[in-house]
Amino acid sequence: MTAGGDALGEARSEQVCGTPAWVHGLGASAASVYRVSRTRTERLVNLVICLLSTRRFLTAAQIAATVPGYEHDPDDARDHEAFQRKFERDKAELRELGVPLETGTASAFDAEPGYRIAHREYALPDILLEPDEAAAVGIAARLWQHAGLAAAASSGLAKLRAAGVDVDPQATLGLEPMVTVDPAFAPLTAAARDRREVGFDYRVPDRDAPSRRRLQPWGVVCWRGRWYVVGHDLDRAATRCFRLSRVVGTVRVTGVPGAYQPPPNVDLISHVARWSGPVERTGRATVLAAPGRAAGLRRWAVDVTTGPDGDRLVLPYADPDGLAGHLVGYGPDVRVLDPPEVREAVIQRLKEIAVRHDELAVTGGAR
Amino acid sequence: MTRPTVRGGSRASADRLARLLNLVPYLLARPGIEIAEAAGDLGVTERQLREDLELLWVCGLPGYGPGDLIDMAFDGDRVTITYDAGIDRPLRLTPDEALALVVALRMLAETPGVANREAVERALAKIEDAGDLVGAPVAVRLPGDTRRVEALRAAVEGGRALRITYYTAARDETTERVIDPLRMLMVGGRAYVEAWCRRAEAVRLFRADRIDAITELAEPATVPPQAVPHDLTEGVFRPSPDLPLITLRIGRSERWITEYYPCERVEAGDGDQWLVSLRVTDLGWARRFVLGLGPDAVVVAPVELAEQVRAAAAAALDAYAVPSPLAAPRLPASDAVPTDSGVPLDAPSGDPAVAARTQ
Repeated sequence: MTAGGDALGEARSEQVCGTPAWVHGLGASAASVYRVSRTRTERLVNLVICLLSTRRFLTAAQIAATVPGYEHDPDDARDHEAFQRKFERDKAELRELGVPLETGTASAFDAEPGYRIAHREYALPDILLEPDEAAAVGIAARLWQHAGLAAAASSGLAKLRAAGVDVDPQATLGLEPMVTVDPAFAPLTAAARDRREVGFDYRVPDRDAPSRRRLQPWGVVCWRGRWYVVGHDLDRAATRCFRLSRVVGTVRVTGVPGAYQPPPNVDLISHVARWSGPVERTGRATVLAAPGRAAGLRRWAVDVTTGPDGDRLVLPYADPDGLAGHLVGYGPDVRVLDPPEVREAVIQRLKEIAVRHDELAVTGGAR
Repeated sequence: MTRPTVRGGSRASADRLARLLNLVPYLLARPGIEIAEAAGDLGVTERQLREDLELLWVCGLPGYGPGDLIDMAFDGDRVTITYDAGIDRPLRLTPDEALALVVALRMLAETPGVANREAVERALAKIEDAGDLVGAPVAVRLPGDTRRVEALRAAVEGGRALRITYYTAARDETTERVIDPLRMLMVGGRAYVEAWCRRAEAVRLFRADRIDAITELAEPATVPPQAVPHDLTEGVFRPSPDLPLITLRIGRSERWITEYYPCERVEAGDGDQWLVSLRVTDLGWARRFVLGLGPDAVVVAPVELAEQVRAAAAAALDAYAVPSPLAAPRLPASDAVPTDSGVPLDAPSGDPAVAARTQ
């Protein structure tokens, strides 16, 4: 059935329910039922209240006889089928909302399953927040830039408010992070939470094609503004980190829940930080910079001496080739004096760049 | 995490149901609240709130007689729930709701220079508890120069105009300017001051790690009415179509630029080569960028850029051939993109202040 047709069917069955002829059939409760208007939301609110109030499991038939909006003729196959569809949809909507709908049978003799909601499972536990804590939660809830999580954050905040927490909407903490995530964040976090194995395609720029990876995710990490997943790589049989922005397409959840146990007290951050930790720059290079030029290099220099032929900058570095690449960018504004290996590397790069771009000038642009 | 919209109207009805289930406990916790205040708090119009109350008023326990239905007392513009029919508490947080709040709070707690971190941590512990998320599989670490950021935040909160010494990577120059701060924020792990820049006469973003000096002026910060904070949902640099487009042919070892910069087009070329097109704020920056990439990166377009790169390389080689004192250079100053790890790489904007202008 198409979406439109479904909606139409819904509207029609609502109308059937609302006909006065039907209301008369209910006798004593007719007046109150008549007062009840026939919107879906009302039916659902009444369903929640009804299932919260019962300790016995109520069967679909009992619910239909009780909750306004489900009235139908169980002997009319078509009418009954319409009811069943409506009831299925309503249950799905409640579960979607997080209502803990319990299923069970009232007694060992009952074959038909029934439903109820345990108040203890339904209700948000008491949460007492001091005004400054409530303000922090209010601020946190508006940091999300990702639409889905922004909606989840604000509906979570609405529940805290409903629990009596007052949130000052004007509060600020002086410096607020914009919280964004990659699309793979949600499925990988859920898989890590449920300890389920996942598979995904992973694209590393210096490889030509994405590779298939299978992972037992332990957790997701935000390090220096980028997101990673850390876990046990099933093909490499080793701990691996993956950058979420490199995951191509959808994350496939392949395993059953609780399939593995992350190492106890695993420090997720340390696994990511290991690959991008600070580099020790023990080398010292001396370059000659034209007066007033190479401002970026000057900020980086540990020592600057002004001389007759320009300013001598002492630059700390780790990798001579990396430094050479950096210095080449400054073109004629910067000349390397020392060490020779950096100087030679710069000259070599300049020669190659000049040759490559000379060809271009001759042919009138690269093809 | 986004709930799929099954069919038209379903989302709206789910939202309304969630709101209604919250409304009873919300009012229960605030007897005699003014309808206008409640509506403002809940983010709905007064009319919508009254409609919600009317709907709740006809819901209740089976039997649906006067004593079974949700009841409320109105006193002028105030409302008090007198019977809750059993929905006295809001629903538990869903795993997504708890996670969204916990991750945002962890971000906040990890943000260098954030005020009242201790309150954030207390709140975090309580929410983790309520959402069964004490061991949530998400860790956050945002290393930063806390002292510098704290000093900046104090200066911004001081409400005065500030004189700053700022390094603009796009032009590889350090300038002094007077700014009227709007706010401080953190995007992609970096702290920024958003401010009205009196020099540019526009709102600009200044990267905290490029503010080399700061002086609080005696005069208060005055932000002109036309100053509007940027919408940063798409990131700090949003390439606009009127910026110059450059196309490079790059080797395997330069492919990282496709991850680092927003590229308009990436195509496979001959062998390992890729053709990459991206927008840059100015060609001077692009020249320094291409030179810094090394011999495997070749400018395809525009020809003007290829010529600038060639001329800069040739001039630099001349300087090495004749070791005379540096004469006044023929080309504007350069700033390569450092590839030495540990030195932050710049976005094509280089200077976010420049990027912001293009929005």
